Formats: sequence, C-alpha cells, structure tokens
Amino acid sequence: MEFSELIRTGRAQAELLPGPEEPPLRGTLCVTGHHLLLSPGPPSTADLWLLLLRSVDSIEKRVAGDSGTITLRCKDLRVLQLDIEGVEATLDIARSIEALSSLESVITSFPFFYRPKGLRLGDAWHFHPPECYYKRVARETNAWRLSEVNQDFSLCPSYPRAVIVPRAVDDDALARSARFRQGGRFPVLCYHHAPSGTVLLRSSQPLTGPQKRRCAEDEDLLRAVLAGAHPGARGFIVDTRSAQAAKQARMTGGGTEAKAAYPGWKRLHRPLERGRALQESFVRLVEACGDPEQSMDRWLSRLEGCRWLAHVKEALSTACLAAQGMEREGACILVHGAEGRDSTLLVTSLAQLILDPLSRTITGFQELVEREWIQAGHPFQLRCAHSAFSHARPKHEAPTFLLFLDCVWQLGRQFPLSLEFGEGLLLALFEHAYASPFGTFLCNSEKERCLCEVRTRTHSLWSGLNHLKEQRKLRNPLYVLNPLAIWPSVEPQSLRLWQGLFLRWTRPPESSEVAWEKVWQIVTEREKTEGSQPTAST
Amino acid sequence: MEHIRTTKVEQVKLLDRFSTGNKSLTGTLYLTATHLLFIDSHQKETWILHHHIASVEKLALTTSGCPLVIQCKNFRIVHFIVPRERDCHDIYNSLLQLSKQAKYEDLYAFSYNPKQNDSERLQGWQLIDLAEEYKRMGVPNSHWQLSDANREYKICETYPRELYVPRIASKPIIVGSSKFRSKGRFPVLCYYHEEKEAAICRCSQPLSGFSARCLEDEHLLQAISKANPVNRYMYVVDTRPKLNAMANRAAGKGYENEDNYSNIRFQFVGIENIHVMRSSLQKLLEVNGTRGLSVNDFYSGLESSGWLRHIKAVMDAAIFLAKAIMVENASVLVHCSDGWDRTSQVCSLGSLLLDSYYRTIKGFMVLIEKDWISFGHKFSERCGHLDGDPKEVSPVFTQFLECVWHLTEQFPQAFEFNEAFLLQIHEHIHSCQFGNFLGNCQKEREDLKLKEKTYSLWPFLLDDQKKFLNPLYSSKSQRFTVLEPNTVSFNFKFWRNMYHQFDRTLHPRQSIFNIIMNMNEQNKQLEKDIQDLESKIKQCKNKQSDGVLTKELLHSVHPESPILKTSLCLKEQTLLPVNDALRTIEGSNPADNRYSDYTEEFSKSEPGVVSLEYGVARMTC
Repeated sequence: MEFSELIRTGRAQAELLPGPEEPPLRGTLCVTGHHLLLSPGPPSTADLWLLLLRSVDSIEKRVAGDSGTITLRCKDLRVLQLDIEGVEATLDIARSIEALSSLESVITSFPFFYRPKGLRLGDAWHFHPPECYYKRVARETNAWRLSEVNQDFSLCPSYPRAVIVPRAVDDDALARSARFRQGGRFPVLCYHHAPSGTVLLRSSQPLTGPQKRRCAEDEDLLRAVLAGAHPGARGFIVDTRSAQAAKQARMTGGGTEAKAAYPGWKRLHRPLERGRALQESFVRLVEACGDPEQSMDRWLSRLEGCRWLAHVKEALSTACLAAQGMEREGACILVHGAEGRDSTLLVTSLAQLILDPLSRTITGFQELVEREWIQAGHPFQLRCAHSAFSHARPKHEAPTFLLFLDCVWQLGRQFPLSLEFGEGLLLALFEHAYASPFGTFLCNSEKERCLCEVRTRTHSLWSGLNHLKEQRKLRNPLYVLNPLAIWPSVEPQSLRLWQGLFLRWTRPPESSEVAWEKVWQIVTEREKTEGSQPTAST
Repeated sequence: MEHIRTTKVEQVKLLDRFSTGNKSLTGTLYLTATHLLFIDSHQKETWILHHHIASVEKLALTTSGCPLVIQCKNFRIVHFIVPRERDCHDIYNSLLQLSKQAKYEDLYAFSYNPKQNDSERLQGWQLIDLAEEYKRMGVPNSHWQLSDANREYKICETYPRELYVPRIASKPIIVGSSKFRSKGRFPVLCYYHEEKEAAICRCSQPLSGFSARCLEDEHLLQAISKANPVNRYMYVVDTRPKLNAMANRAAGKGYENEDNYSNIRFQFVGIENIHVMRSSLQKLLEVNGTRGLSVNDFYSGLESSGWLRHIKAVMDAAIFLAKAIMVENASVLVHCSDGWDRTSQVCSLGSLLLDSYYRTIKGFMVLIEKDWISFGHKFSERCGHLDGDPKEVSPVFTQFLECVWHLTEQFPQAFEFNEAFLLQIHEHIHSCQFGNFLGNCQKEREDLKLKEKTYSLWPFLLDDQKKFLNPLYSSKSQRFTVLEPNTVSFNFKFWRNMYHQFDRTLHPRQSIFNIIMNMNEQNKQLEKDIQDLESKIKQCKNKQSDGVLTKELLHSVHPESPILKTSLCLKEQTLLPVNDALRTIEGSNPADNRYSDYTEEFSKSEPGVVSLEYGVARMTC
C-alpha cells in the first residue's frame, strides 16, 4: 500500500486556531503520509507547524460557502480548528486525515520512518528490565532465578523472554503452571521488597473452570514463593474482581484459587473498574472538561457522574492494600484479575511506587513503566487505539495506563518532594502512549514487538526523553530521596482532578508555570550560592 | 470559674475522626477558665479555646464510656470518650456555659494579657490608620472630601465617624439621602482608583417601596457620578438576587428605579443571603464529616451544598466591579439589603483585584479594617461571639477569605501572604482573643472601650509575619496591576486546608511551601555570607598591599582553621547544617489512612465473609 493512494489533495490555504490562548496561524496546509503540515505564509516567520496524524482521535468537517472548517480532536485531548479555503480541498483533506489517522498497520507507522538527529537506532533499547531487575533481586536474595523458559514466547505470548521465578521451581513445572493460567501468564515476580523480605507477584486467573480443576505445579509454585520468603510467611491473593465476578468466571473456564489448594494463601477481592466502563468514565470526564460555560452545579455533578476520581481512589487503595500487606504484614502478595494485563499491572506498579524509593527516580520510573507495563504485556495498541473523542464504538480501548499516571500524579501531589520526576514526564508518557514518533509503546506484547523488529527499526522513547533539551520539564526541582514508603491519603477530600492533563488545553497555564519557574529559580540560586562559596574566597 | 465543676478527668480517649478502626489516644482532659486541654500519653497537647466551640454534644453511653463530640468554629471536630458518665455530664455542662457568654466583658479579650504596657497596646491599635489609607488612595482631592456629618454617629450608628463623600454633596443632601436608606447607610466612598478617577461606593438598599423617591438621594448619586470626570454614567450594583430585592419592595424597601436616577445603570448580581449561606456551609460540613465518605458522595454533597456556587457568585460580582472601573472607567455603587454583608464582600474583593497594595500583608489588614470592621460588618453576630440569635450567625467573612484563597491559587505570585495567614485570621475572628472583631460596629466598639481594655491582633500577626510570607511573591508588580481571575467552574476547588485544617491525615505529607520558604531564607543567608567574605577579602587585599602575608590573612577570616582548604570545608559545614534538617523527610504512616484498617483483617484468622463497616470494601477470605 502506498500512502499516496490515501492522500487526496496536494495543498490548500488554511488558518489554524490552535486553542483559546494561542494566536491563529495562516499558511499552506499539506497532508503527508504521517503528518499534517502548515507552513506559515510569508508575512509570518513562525516555524512550520506539524501534527502527527496518528494523534488525531476524531475529525469533524463543515462546509459553508466556498470554505470549510475541520475540527480535529486529538488523543492528547487538544482540540484544533482548521479553516480551509475551498470546499473540495476541505473534503479532500478531511478524507485524507481520516484514512491516514486510522491505519492499523504497525510497520508502516511513523516510528519506522522517524530518524531524528542526534539519536542512534538501538539506543536505550538496552533496557532489558527482567534481566536488569533480576541482578538487583539476586543481590538481595537467592530464592529466585531468571528463567528463559519463554525464550520463544511459546509458553506465554504476552510475557517477555525472561521472567523471574522461584529458584525451587523448574522450567517444566512453569510450563504446566502456564497451561493452568489464562494466556499462559503464570505467577512471576515483579518486586522484591528487601526490608521485609517479601515479594509481589502477578499472574492471570487460574483456569479452574466449573469443575474446579487444580494444578499441582501451580500450587507448588506458590508454596515455593512462601518458603523462599521467610519461615512461616503468609500470602495474600489480591483479586481485582469482585468475589461474584470471580465465581462467574468459572463458567467461561476461568476462576480463582481454591482456599484448600493453596495453604498459607488468603484471597482478597478488590473490584476495580476496567474495560469499557473505564473508557466511558474517561470519555465522560473529558466531555465535562470541554465545557467552560457550565454552571458550578452542573460541573460538580458531571465530575461525580463520570466516576473517574472514584476509580483513582479504588486503584490507589488497592495498591496501598497490597503494599501494606508486604511492608506491615510481612506477607507475599499475588495480584491478578482475569487476563492479568490491565488492572493487575495498575496495582503492582503503584504498589512498587509506594514502597520502593528507587522506582521514584526518573530512571527508576522509566524502568518501572518498561518492566511493569510494556514488557509485562499491557496491550497498548488495543487499549490506546482511541482516546476520549472517538465516535467509533469502543472495542478494546481502556485508559488503564492513564489511570496509572493519574494515580502517580496524586502520589506526587501528596508527596511533592519524593518523586524525582514532575508532571511533565507523566504528560509525555500519556501523549506517547496514544500517539508517538517513538517505538516504545507500539504493539501489544514483546512477541509482537519482536515480530515487527521494533527494537531495531524504531527509536526508543527513553532515549528520546533523555535527549530532550528541556529536561527541566520532566524533573521535580524539589526532589530529595525519601527512603521510606509513601502512604497516600485516599479520602475524597485528598484527591484532586488532574487539571494539568484534563484541562491542559482549556485553561491558561501561565500562572502555575510562572510559579514553577520561580521555584526553579530559587533552587538554582541555592545551588549557585552554595557552589560559589569556595570561588568567592579564592 | 463558677461554671467549672470538674477541672481534670483522667483516662479520656480522643478518637480519630477519619479512622474506621476506632483508633484512639488516651490522656487527661483539663478544663481551664479559657481553654479545654487534652494531653495524651505522648505529652502532645491539644488546646481548644472555649470561644471556638460551636456545639457540644453528648452521645448515648457506650461500653467504653460516654462520648462527647465538640465542634469548633474553626472546623475542628473532636470526639472524646469519658469513662464516667458523671464526669462527662459535668464537662458537658461546663462547656455549654463557657462557650456561650452573655456579656462582652466575659470574652477572652478582656482577660488576655500578652504582657505589654499601655503605650505598647496603644501603638498596636494605631498600626492601621484608615485616614492614612484614604490618603494613600488619593482622597481627599478636588472631587472627594471628608464629611463630618457622622462625626457623632448622628446620621448612621453603624458607619464609622469619618466618611468620604463627593465634594459637591452638601450636608442636607447627605442627611436626606440617609433617611431614604435602610439603617441610614447612605452612599459613601469605599475605594478610590486614583488612575481612573473612578470610585467604589457603598450603601444599603433604598426605601423605595413601589414608588417612593428621594430627591436628595438622587442628587447624591448624581454627585458620585459627577465626581468621576471621565465617565458620566455609574453602575448601581444590587448584590441580591432580583427576586429577593423585589420582595423587599413590599416592605417599603427595594432597589433604585432607573427612571428616577439620571445616568445610572442598574445591575443585579445574585448573591444569596446570610441564611442561605449558613445552611450551605452546614450541609458542606455534614458531608465532609461523614466517615468512609465515597468520592461520589463527596462530589454530590459538594454540589448540593451549593457552597462553591456561592463563592463563584461573590467572585463574579467582584470581577464586575473591577471591570466597570478598568474597562469602562465608571464608578460603582454597591449595596445589598443593609450593606454590611454582601456589600462588604464585593467591595473588598473588588478593591483587592484592583489594587496590589491590598495583596500585601499590611494592605490586607487595612482592607479588612476598612471594608469590614469600620463599615460595620456585624462580626459579633455573624460569628456568634455571644449567646444570641443563631439566625444572625453566617459565614460571610469566611467566604471572603475563601475567595481570596481561590485568587492565591490562581495567582500564586500576586500575594505577599500565604494560606496560613488567611487561616490565622479566620482563627481569630472567632477566638475573641483580640479586640478587633468584637462588637458589630465602630460605635459599639468605642462604647466597649476596646482600645483601652483589649489588644489589637494586627501587630501580633506582623511580628509573626515570617510564617505568613509567600515565597513566590513577586513584589515588582505595579500598584494597579489588576487581577483578572477566570471563574470557569473548573477553577473552584474545595478548600481542604480550611475545612479540614485539623485532620492531619488528609493533607499532603510534605509541604512544597515550607521547603521553598526555607530555601529562600537560606539563599539570603548565603548571599549575605558571600558578601561578608568578599568584603573581608577586600580588606585583606588592602592589608596585603601593606605587606602582610596572604596565608595569615586567611587565618584572620577563619581563625579556627590552620589552612585555607580546611577552613573552607569547615565553613561549609558550619554554614549549611540546615541543609539536611530543612529537607526533613516526612514519611507517613499507613495507619493514618483508611486502607490501613485492613490490618485487623490481615491478622484475623480465616473469617468467612467480612464486610467492613461503612461499606469501604468487602473481603472474602
């Protein structure tokens, strides 16, 4: 397929209205295979304006007289308006954008063509978190080993090649346990909490089915986990479904661990919203945020009605529960829902952020996202195919990753000195998860990324971020290492709407940005005065 | 003291308001003449001023004792369990008596003694000088003058003695107008914008009924608009909802008829009355006090209380004022019914938007002193200082502070003061510890001889101003930089630090504010040190030219160190010990939070189905 078949027009004169606070831009509009370009006319000296077509979530066209208007709603929640001269040109451009923005093929996507200056292909793809993380675990305990049983992705297509498992369990047993778990996602280690010697594991649901089948190897595996922790260790299975939903899953071959089969393990059900309901919540919140004229009552009732903050609260408190089990109860925690690729990852990654100071650094957090989301098989391509504006019927879309970022933002607000990264990094991850010139968030699993040769043919977002000129935007100027666990308050009074994301394009950000600028200034001044002391006396 | 039956009760439990696990601290409760004091087993003291107590409630006896719930006007809520019912009953009765005084003379301010002599006290009272403030605004001038009409409080008891009116308004006009206005509160100057030569004036509603007119009043309004040389028309802003204003006409009151007044533009802005505001706050507090509150209940409660809607209404009205002056160059006359509640809110907030002076610590004190205290906002009745009519109590001033807080959130660099300053002022409008807010108008304050018998709050706040400084404040702004707040609904947030000030677990565990503050301090200190060092070096160099050895010189800079290098290290060490201390890491305790109540569930042995109280969650084991 050639892009040129989909591009129905050469160029047109247009005016772009980027948002309420920014001045309009006039110039020549042009559609290319991956971008919408606007080159400003001669009187203006502004730079070329560029929009990745992939980031267009929905498109709306209107024609009147001999001109037309296209409204582009982007996946990063920005709303752009283009006034175009000529009815034909408008319709052609709209059709081209529609066709190009919804291309499903991965290998023709922009990351495969993006070759920025200063970056080398293959850079920062050397993050191999399971192996890398295993080195850390191995320093802390020898109860675990790195298994390459999934080397060819045959055991579990959504796991990476290497996983960390109890030393006492051999690869054959892993294979049997994998057959007993949905999608082959047998329990693997995601975090070893050295202070209490306990571990955090994740998996998918066991395939007990209506007959309440059992699997000896799976039971052995979990027994080995407890034995490897400390004598008399107990375990908790945090099921992210309600007890009833877990029971119902038996009818379709799934289910949950029977109490008698797993001595020492206790099950806790904490239902978390997922899938379509979560997507709807996101859509409704964004809708509410798009209407600045609404009355106070209407706004509050929509904020309530969309339930987004309730989901934030549930996610955070479940993560706290898991973290508390490890830190306070000295218990091992296994988290799973059904597939174990969505809410499970939400809980395990947040629990690590609460407990592990290293994951709160910039590199530690990038590693956490890589290890607990990308390599752990969160289906980014399916979940982030559309953002909140799409009119298409949602199929597999769900803003689970966004919910994670929101929870991290809440943590950062409650512990403003304890995260090394700032809001900027979270916003960047949100944007790139939905549409990116980098390959990091492409595909649904490591297996697919291997098939598409993502690592060798695209650039990694992490190297992109690390080469970013404005590192300041990603950092928290006030960071100081906090060796303790950070326990957030989950009371509704303590949770806030993430205005920086949901109202990013509708509210004037100046004052808060100016304030942060001032904070930076104070911090650098401090570094300067401290640094300049010796020189002053020489 | 005669009200105190028991002064000390031991083994009292203080319950944590936001824990479902019934966690508590055990300690001793003391009752003093002015405070209730609880000292827990860690020797941590909780002081509660009797005047802060809004209500005391004795709940039904439980197995562990008799519960006593105290709600305070600063939104603190404490829940004690007293082991013996008789003790509880005694404390309950004492507190009922102590928290509701019948006479001003029994209030704390009359016994509070900060160990100052008479001249210090007098100086304190002179700190805020309103005549000085009018001078700063630029009056008197060729259009405005000081009127002596109310010098003896003859025209209006609830106004101050000194009032500024248009120069062309004669005394008969003033007297005539005052007879046509509710409580005699005729139109007077409240803020003068020197650059625009436009004024904010205030008054109460006219006694117009369905058809009454008053020529003097019409003249006075004309005089006000004539005092503005640029713009011939003026706005008359009635801050009430139209319906309320119309209802008032039946009682012989009402609003200005545009046909009778030349050159006025009349406008309603729809702020609700004190009763609506009181019950709105009541609802808000009920919602927030709920244990195990869900996110949805919180937001639906916030909505149905209407609180933020009211805050927005006040803000919108103030913006209207600022725009009239800045954009149209028009003077504005503001009134509500009596002109001491909504009018005070709108006038003071409008001035705050217009004039950056009011955004400084001192300026904010002046603003409160002028628009609230001197113009007769009935602090004692609105705050319920004395045992009086509960229908007169209303959080009008609290709303003003909340509006200011919203502005500080939108303009983090525009204010010299921080949130703590607002909270501290709120604390003291109820504390009755200082004389400023006692009484309902200036005349009453003079009759009470407050300046002789009590102290002024402001000098104490100024002494403490370090605590109240906003580290992000940028003072370079011009006097007339106008704030133009955006009042889309998204911008109004629940003020957690006000309504949950004492619920520690709900707040962020680390404060950006403190750390920036400390860094700022430290920067200043370091810069000073650098200067010192540089000047010493200069001195040394001078001496050097006199032939003294460098090495010895450096010794004189750091006499305690033998060589330069170590001296520098030492210097760094001694200079920056704060470094570590200042970035204290506050971890937090999971036990502070609700999810921690699972702890008990964790340790329980195999229960069947445990459904937790308050529907927090359900666990099946």
